[in-house]
Amino acid sequence: MPSYYITVNGTSHTVDVSADTPLLWVLRDHLNLVGTKYGCGIALCGTCTVHLNGNPVRSCMMTIESVQGADVTTIEGLSKDGSHPVQQAWKEVDVPQCGYCQSGQIMTAAALLERNPDPSKDDIREAMNGNLCRCASYQRIYEAVELAARKAGS
Amino acid sequence: MATTNKLQGFSRREFMKTTSLAGGGLLIGFNLFEACKPGVEPPVDLASLNYNEFNAFIEIADNGAVTIFSPNPEIGQGVKTSMPMIIAEELDVAWKDVYVQQAPLNTEHYTRQVAGGSQSIRFGWDALRQTGATARQMLVNAAAARWGVSPSECTTSEGIITNANGEKLSYGEVVKEAAALDIPEDVKLKSVSDYTIIGQEIGNVDIDKIISGKPLYGLDYRKEGMLVACVLRPPAFGQKLVSFGESGARAIPGVVDVIRFGDKVAVLAIDTWTAMKGKKALTAEWSSAESLESSADHNKILTGLLDGNSFETLREDGDVKMAFAEADQVLERTYESPFLPHNCMEPMNFYADVTPERVHLVGPIQTPERTAKRIAEILERDFSAIHLEMTRQGGGFGRRLYGDFALEAAEISNLAKKPVQVVFSREDDMADGIYRPAIKYRIKASVRDGKLTGYHLKEAAINSNMYGLIPNFFPAGAVENYRVDVAKFDSEITTGAWRAPYTNFLAFAEQSFFDELADLMEVDRVQLRLDLLENVRGTTDERIQYSPERMQKVIRTAVDKSGWGSPKEGVYQGFAAYYCHNSHVAEVAEVVVENGQPVVKKVVCVVDCGIVVNPLGARNQVEGGVIDGIGHAMYGDFAFTEGAPQSLNFDTYRLIRMKEVPRVETYFIKNEESPTGLGEPTLPPAGAALANAIHAATGMRLYNQPFSKELAELEIPKKEIIG
Repeated sequence: MPSYYITVNGTSHTVDVSADTPLLWVLRDHLNLVGTKYGCGIALCGTCTVHLNGNPVRSCMMTIESVQGADVTTIEGLSKDGSHPVQQAWKEVDVPQCGYCQSGQIMTAAALLERNPDPSKDDIREAMNGNLCRCASYQRIYEAVELAARKAGS
Repeated sequence: MATTNKLQGFSRREFMKTTSLAGGGLLIGFNLFEACKPGVEPPVDLASLNYNEFNAFIEIADNGAVTIFSPNPEIGQGVKTSMPMIIAEELDVAWKDVYVQQAPLNTEHYTRQVAGGSQSIRFGWDALRQTGATARQMLVNAAAARWGVSPSECTTSEGIITNANGEKLSYGEVVKEAAALDIPEDVKLKSVSDYTIIGQEIGNVDIDKIISGKPLYGLDYRKEGMLVACVLRPPAFGQKLVSFGESGARAIPGVVDVIRFGDKVAVLAIDTWTAMKGKKALTAEWSSAESLESSADHNKILTGLLDGNSFETLREDGDVKMAFAEADQVLERTYESPFLPHNCMEPMNFYADVTPERVHLVGPIQTPERTAKRIAEILERDFSAIHLEMTRQGGGFGRRLYGDFALEAAEISNLAKKPVQVVFSREDDMADGIYRPAIKYRIKASVRDGKLTGYHLKEAAINSNMYGLIPNFFPAGAVENYRVDVAKFDSEITTGAWRAPYTNFLAFAEQSFFDELADLMEVDRVQLRLDLLENVRGTTDERIQYSPERMQKVIRTAVDKSGWGSPKEGVYQGFAAYYCHNSHVAEVAEVVVENGQPVVKKVVCVVDCGIVVNPLGARNQVEGGVIDGIGHAMYGDFAFTEGAPQSLNFDTYRLIRMKEVPRVETYFIKNEESPTGLGEPTLPPAGAALANAIHAATGMRLYNQPFSKELAELEIPKKEIIG
């Protein structure tokens, strides 16, 4: 198996996997970072969202070969202690029901606020539209993104 | 009927275990054998589950730390937070001092370790309070003995016992003595007004782990030497495996083994991606039954059943035939719903390690005991050899009541002699479901002299019919001549419980029908329901499941909170009220028209579920239930062609997303009734309220789900297309 270099949450790793292995499964099965979730495998549910060089991407459809050398941030690296404004807002609003999709939701929201610190209602709905929540905790997801924007701005 | 707050006769024999812990401390368990209530509402197809027993465990350490073991599976309904809250309340400790731990399956310690039917809180209420209160009393008795005073002179607060002289002892200081005491009888419970934890907004106990991505779910489970298994199953219902080719799979580096079991083939690999690739590289030849089933055939068959005479009658009052014969007006409508997959965000999965000594199972399951027993059976092992741990579960919705995925894991591990985690891909999850069955309802009603005189509900369903309590839901008891008939077609396609079984579609059918009926009778739509409920007040019919008074109250509250009847210009309202899973709910949906299409903007939801244990979690359940109900009514479409599902992933199967979500406003009726469940009851009326609002906005009556299919036929005004 070929070797690939990747930086995840500030730590460099070398992994020996086949070239077509999605980043998602490298994270989950080889780096034991299981916060990034598998939901659909075709980039339509958003549970596997991570930041690639700062941009939100679906890790289930990015092969390790295509992200060789990239800088990846996962939910585990968003903050050291859960103190990121989005994580704090998620806690304050008590967003999760089953909670499975929430790391993907949080990563999408964090990326939105990074590039748009003061999003409009439509901006939030648009940015979060790609992330499914089967428990339908959408109302709280929306509230938490708004709250996070206020927290980050204050 | 009306519940009371009085605790039924508990006695010492219901306490199964009181143990001194090895390191000091008290472990107390409580078993509710005697105090079960009649009139239990079972989940569909799960007659084997025993809902009449329940118990719980708490552990108090020498240092006063309190661990509450949450016995029931957590699938997102919030019981891992709310059930321990009830114990902590009566134990009289500070919530911040409580550590909650998921208990494994333990049939000696617990009964009814099940998530289903919105029953955990309802059945836990008395037992959990009694457990907390009994432990508190034992601690007080121990302190009183040490002081040489009467226990009645002692008070407790936040884990501290105080006597009349103002002396204090913490629970941790007396826990050893308490563990040696007899279990007291006649333990006093708090009155509702003294609650300090129940009724507070308590956050999810797993929140810190969820927001930081810590391992919690079945798919997160890892064990040294574990292989991942992906399973090739028949692509269509009714097919069997003739032969298969494994050379392609075996050629992939990392594939460890290929194992056939029954009509399935498992590929075992060192990681998930390799196992998925290995499965895709298998070749297989399938044999088919003479004719494989398609939804188009089901459609004809179900209509044939509705038109035919092969019904079982589940309830009959008076004579509906006579009522129809003597009617001034008759209304008859037919409603159709498709199969639905559950689509838990966490696909089905389970870990099994079958060794000569024991069978170790880990994963997300709503029915741990039943599943462990079935695994003991198929492996021909003693039940005592089965050790099952429950993880947090990425959704349930009924799918994880069925342990097929855990059985597969056990079978594969047994054959491979290795620890194995079975992982369903999303495609597997949709194609190998235990679906909500496709169902049709036909409702016929008669009106004479301006009164509803007859109501006849017919159900034609795939595989199984409505459970026995549903015929006693509204409008049973409100109409003199009333009848419920059911018929079914046995299919190869596996079906089962899907969040709010049957009622998830029946509520739409009936509550849409009542709107049309009110129009026919030229009475106000809400008033018709209130009037019918009036007929049921004071009924002596003990089969009637709902409370007319509580239903009227949620309806009147919904009218008040929604401004029913006087919406803003351009806003159209729809109403629905429904009882199921022991809770009463009324909803008002508000729809506007954008680009010729109705868009739901707001839903007001009023719930009577008795005492609200955790309002923060309860509102979450209400919001989720309403949006889930709207999402599946609007978009949920799942059909079969030649035994194979038409959709396998979210590219062709539509779930509701952020941009389609209405604002949900939640109101709880304040009372001191014993709490009832919230996982399901707000879902059924949502589709009905939406359909009725869409009718108000567009004049279009919807009879079939998903609504989006019928709405596609709405003509969009030309200028808006150009604009």
